[in-house]
Amino acid sequence: MKRVLLPLAVFLLIVGFLAVGLNLDPREVPSPLIGKAAPAFELPVLGQDGRRFLPTEMRGKVWLLNVWASWCVSCRDEHPVLVELSKKDLLPILGLNYKDNGEDAQRWLKQFGNPYQLSAVDADGRIGIDYGVYGVPETYLIDADGVIRFKQIGPLTPAVLERKVLPMAAALKK
Amino acid sequence: MIPELGHFALIIAAVIALVQGTLPLLGAARRIPAFTALARPAAQGQLVFVAFAFSCLAWSFYSNDFTVLNVATNSNSQLPVHYRIAATWGSHEGSLLLWVLMLSVWMLAVSVFSGALPDDMVARILGVMGLVSLGFLSFLLFTSNPFERLLPGAADGRDLNPLLQDPGMVFHPPMLYMGYVGFSVAFAFAISALLDGRLDASWARWSRPWTTAAWMFLTIGIMLGSFWSYYELGWGGWWFWDPVENASFMPWLVGTALIHSLAVTEKRGAFKAWTVLLAILAFSLSLLGTFLVRSGVLTSVHAFATDPRRGVFILGFLAFVIGGSLALYAWRMGKVAPGARFELLSRESMLLANSVLLLVACGAVLLGTLYPLFLDALGLAKISVGPPYFDSVFLPLMAPAVLLAGVGPLIAWRKGDGAQAARRLRWAAMVALVFALFAPLAFGRWGALTAFGLLLGAWVIGGAITALVVRLKINPRINSAFAGMLLAHAGIGVFILAVTLVKSYETERDLRMAPGESVTLGGYTFRFDGVREVPGPNYRAARGTVVVTRDGAPVASLAPEKRIYRVQQNPMTEAAIDYGATRHVYVSLGESVGGGAWTVRIHIKPFVGWIWGGCILMALGGLLALSDRRYRGSARRAPATEDATAVRSAT
Amino acid sequence: MTRTIGFVLVCLCFLVSGLKAQESSLQTQERTRQLEEKLRCLVCQNQTLADSNAELAGDLRKQVAEQMAAGKSDEQIIEYLTARYGDFVLYDPPFKLRTALLWVGPFALLALGAAALVLVLRRRRAAPEEAPLAPDEKRVVERVLGPAKGDGVPR
Repeated sequence: MKRVLLPLAVFLLIVGFLAVGLNLDPREVPSPLIGKAAPAFELPVLGQDGRRFLPTEMRGKVWLLNVWASWCVSCRDEHPVLVELSKKDLLPILGLNYKDNGEDAQRWLKQFGNPYQLSAVDADGRIGIDYGVYGVPETYLIDADGVIRFKQIGPLTPAVLERKVLPMAAALKK
Repeated sequence: MIPELGHFALIIAAVIALVQGTLPLLGAARRIPAFTALARPAAQGQLVFVAFAFSCLAWSFYSNDFTVLNVATNSNSQLPVHYRIAATWGSHEGSLLLWVLMLSVWMLAVSVFSGALPDDMVARILGVMGLVSLGFLSFLLFTSNPFERLLPGAADGRDLNPLLQDPGMVFHPPMLYMGYVGFSVAFAFAISALLDGRLDASWARWSRPWTTAAWMFLTIGIMLGSFWSYYELGWGGWWFWDPVENASFMPWLVGTALIHSLAVTEKRGAFKAWTVLLAILAFSLSLLGTFLVRSGVLTSVHAFATDPRRGVFILGFLAFVIGGSLALYAWRMGKVAPGARFELLSRESMLLANSVLLLVACGAVLLGTLYPLFLDALGLAKISVGPPYFDSVFLPLMAPAVLLAGVGPLIAWRKGDGAQAARRLRWAAMVALVFALFAPLAFGRWGALTAFGLLLGAWVIGGAITALVVRLKINPRINSAFAGMLLAHAGIGVFILAVTLVKSYETERDLRMAPGESVTLGGYTFRFDGVREVPGPNYRAARGTVVVTRDGAPVASLAPEKRIYRVQQNPMTEAAIDYGATRHVYVSLGESVGGGAWTVRIHIKPFVGWIWGGCILMALGGLLALSDRRYRGSARRAPATEDATAVRSAT
Repeated sequence: MTRTIGFVLVCLCFLVSGLKAQESSLQTQERTRQLEEKLRCLVCQNQTLADSNAELAGDLRKQVAEQMAAGKSDEQIIEYLTARYGDFVLYDPPFKLRTALLWVGPFALLALGAAALVLVLRRRRAAPEEAPLAPDEKRVVERVLGPAKGDGVPR
């Protein structure tokens, strides 16, 4: 008697997983860098000739690194959220201008607002690869010791800010 | 007007399906002849309305009616007419309508060719199929209406995905769906037998030709899909273990087990429970495949655009149909008496082993396909499972089954004579071994895996020939069923030989070539003569010319293309192939690297055509088995007296 | 005379080393392609890194090529990519605790199936032969079917 129930039991198990799977995104690639040191780099800064930026400059501060580009459509959806956040002055926001043209990028910031303390220019995308960037926009929360604590894939929404990013940043600052 | 008529026809079809799925089943259970009599006309009525609806959609595509959302999303006025019509099933909604159409065709076939079956049995079978049809029609009407309007209409359509603008699109989906849907007949038989409590040899006898037909269509459908992606996609591969490919392969594996198991149940009355389970599983896997492709839970090149609401609907439908069937199975099958007795070495045991091995192989494919989902659902990790995994797991699992396939036909029912079989097979074994050991040398490189693959392929063919010779000595007249079985087995052997040869000996070069440059590969010389712009009906192509020669003698002038379709603006590679029985020469363009130079990919694939040739042989074997005299004419007459015995299950 | 021979020898050395370099570049190309076919394009709908037209795929292919040229081994390049993108980028899932079921599963299933098969076969062999019909049962059957033909064993 029990043996004949086996196919049904296996099937129900599979259905359970499939049901959970309906809410997942099979194409989302979580970052293996969470909890690891943010990769080092030295890049030119957008609009500031001669200036170069290294993430070690941000040691001692909890900050956001936002990967953006002027050609990225979803970045436009996310931008007002960042601009709002920058006005509240809760934590520094730095940009990583990914595979973009300097003039287009500056024009874009002028048009949509500039929430960034500065934007590092990753023209060929190599640093993006180091950070595991595969789509734009992406945002990293980095702590005072230079360790990546959180990565947002896709646009940053007010909900994610409220529920994940800001509480985590507050906890890290202590 | 026409789209609304089509929509209305679907609604009527759904109502008919509702009637067909309830009253006949009730009539069979409560012995109400008026209800059971509804089954056949209902099935026929469904076909009329579904076919009408399908024609309405096809007409909308043909006439470029861009006020229909489906047409606007998947077609374009510049699209050649045969692709406009094929675009009818190029979308999620349209392909579902094709699914329902195929189901109606099978229901009609059952209603026509079931003259010798008792009415209550037909009522149950069509009733179950009617419920399935109702499920799909509801899905169409509530979440995926192909006749949804776009008002105001678009000026022109978004065009059919360029990858689908190919003759493959005309044949592959219909063949595939005929196969998927065809398993619903065996499924309905099994369910009706479970409902009835009657599980005798006649159930198996009636299911067999239907299952063989479905299996044949599925074989052709998968073969066409593989061949199409080979010549279309430009990467030279023919199977990627993509989730959607696996979704079609799993029902095929179980369907193959089912055909073999049905033979035992029909001939010896054994494995009743097992065959019923396989019949349920085969169609369940078809349904699961439908879910996987349309729900968005897995990533695939073939997947349709999705909506979570659709996924929930199909999952619910799946849970109801499959869960219900398996529950019914558990309830009823606990009480069935065991079948006839047979020895450890017997045709029955060989076929049972075949079933087990095929099911394990199917389980492995299912495991690999769903594993990323399992880990993700448990929050453990995000991994990918691709060809390296499947290749390393599937081949060792199938090898024992293939070895058995060579032996099986020579083992007698009930009690096989192992010594006699071994004696008869010694020539086949020797030839296969010699071939495996020495053939690789002809290709210049010996490898153990290559030799093993060649051994398996030659062994199966040798076994089939041996079985033929042995049978001819007993009786010079062989029936179609037996011939079909041998042909199908030989087809598997050919397939295995081809795969082994291609994987072991294909050569490839991927390099930058400037106009006038030449390169040699595998004895052929390839001269790149540059690329020029060529307009197409709805695309712009950069067409390269590659002149292929061998020892100075011309072989072919190949014209690979890189196309940009005007509407969707995405680049598409069109490979150029010189087809030959002993090898394909395959050339595709990569990218322009400036100065007229391009990256060019050149493959030489020995015997690759026989991969699909083997599949065609398998399908022909199925066709031959179907045309056996016992299925012709006798379908109209009453069945032989022995089968009329309904042995009630030991309750 | 010696100068000519010396010159010829030097030319030969260059030729040989040139040929060797060409041969190894072909091998590297082969190695690169094989590796790229085991890697997944991150932004595509299930395609290998080798076959994808996506921009990120092109960037990653460039990285792989550079690392190959720098003499890195396949394992090192895979390590580089998985450190940044996780195991998702590999089509050949590495054997870890969480993929143990994946790799062992099919063979465990095979063993289970084989065991079940042997059990069933043994039981079948020992199964009682169908009991012959009692005389009154036989009469019922003959009334329904007509007299028995041959030995009654179904074919």
